[in-house]
Amino acid sequence: MDGVHDMGGMDGFGKVEPEPNEPPFHAPWEGRVLAMQRSMGYAGTWHIDMARFAQERLPPQVYLSASYYQRWALAMETNVVERGYAGADELAAGHAARPGKPITRKLTPDVVKQGMTRGSFYRQAQGPARFKPGDRVRTKNIHPATHTRLPRYARGRVGVVELVHGCHAFPDSVAIDRGDDPQWLYTVVFESRELWGDDADPTLKVSIDAFEPYLEPA
Amino acid sequence: MADHDHDHHHDHGSELSETQLRVRALETVLTEKGYVDPAALDAIIETYETKVGPHNGARVVAKAWSDPAFKQALLEDASKAVRTLGHESRVGDHLVAVENTPQLHNMIVCTLCSCYPWEVLGLPPVWYKSAPYRSRAVKDPRGVLADFGVKLAKDIQIRVWDSTAETRFIVLPMRPPGTEGWSEERLAQLVTRDSMIGTGFPKKPEEVA
Repeated sequence: MDGVHDMGGMDGFGKVEPEPNEPPFHAPWEGRVLAMQRSMGYAGTWHIDMARFAQERLPPQVYLSASYYQRWALAMETNVVERGYAGADELAAGHAARPGKPITRKLTPDVVKQGMTRGSFYRQAQGPARFKPGDRVRTKNIHPATHTRLPRYARGRVGVVELVHGCHAFPDSVAIDRGDDPQWLYTVVFESRELWGDDADPTLKVSIDAFEPYLEPA
Repeated sequence: MADHDHDHHHDHGSELSETQLRVRALETVLTEKGYVDPAALDAIIETYETKVGPHNGARVVAKAWSDPAFKQALLEDASKAVRTLGHESRVGDHLVAVENTPQLHNMIVCTLCSCYPWEVLGLPPVWYKSAPYRSRAVKDPRGVLADFGVKLAKDIQIRVWDSTAETRFIVLPMRPPGTEGWSEERLAQLVTRDSMIGTGFPKKPEEVA
């Protein structure tokens, strides 16, 4: 979706402000949010792209004014309620009023290490890769109203395939509960002028990781 | 003045407590429903606070600086190469290391959310997840570097990697001159988090003494 989360190339957000000796968390609740997200992921409740999509659907003013872990918490509430893991009434009351839904498995202290290991996104290829390193490709000019990982600044642009990462679960499908729909994934590199016009920094190249459905031969 | 301070603290405090209350409610409900175990949450938080961090990535970089065969393996398949080092959190399948050279400087960003190589660098800093970084890194990386006090020569090529899928990138910075004969442990002290994101350089030998 064409939301405010898709920030690449936007102006006006000001300077980057590094924080010296930044702590892992700025408040204890941030750690709770992160750990709950990990636990719910381990429990097989929803996929990371469903969490991303729930953040993207936050109203723009909320997305921009919330802190990072506030956005996570809001998106978690959305998925909890939409997927029937708890009711909005229960979240408002702060207590469960009904029994929980079955989950695949539960993250307990003895399996925390496994629970924090990132899963693989490789999937069985459904066919041969359409592109190879060196191929010129054009990204499609798509504007789905749902989740996509093709950023606006790189749509309708000509680039070159540099790396082939194998076949991966396709976020555009996963995020809307349509399954993995495995797709080949490529690093595609663009000259800065192709993205930003004649005034672009001529020493710059930018790459994205693009799923095959985003690309056509150029 | 006292009133102003009072109001400020009050506003700030109530905003925080609203989030705190909401997160507590969420945890209570998820626990009562049987989905999460608060003791496991504690263990996850402790891992991120004490075990997973840029020191993992620094070990990888220092080894690559010292061991040409490891460096080659890292650039060919970073997931596989890093796994041989036996980190606390196993590295997933999708890590890619990109090498800085005298002609090329690499920078990592995630314009769409906050994708970051957690397994080797730990939790991303707030600035990495912020709108200023995500918006400008792909368009004005030299301006972003200036915010970090970093200046690159005009003729150096810049490559920005936007992490738009599950591939995660780590920059292999250049080994600082004057470190000949240093052990991996000593070299690792030079490797900063930002040098592995591409928004900084490793420390100079005299900075760690």
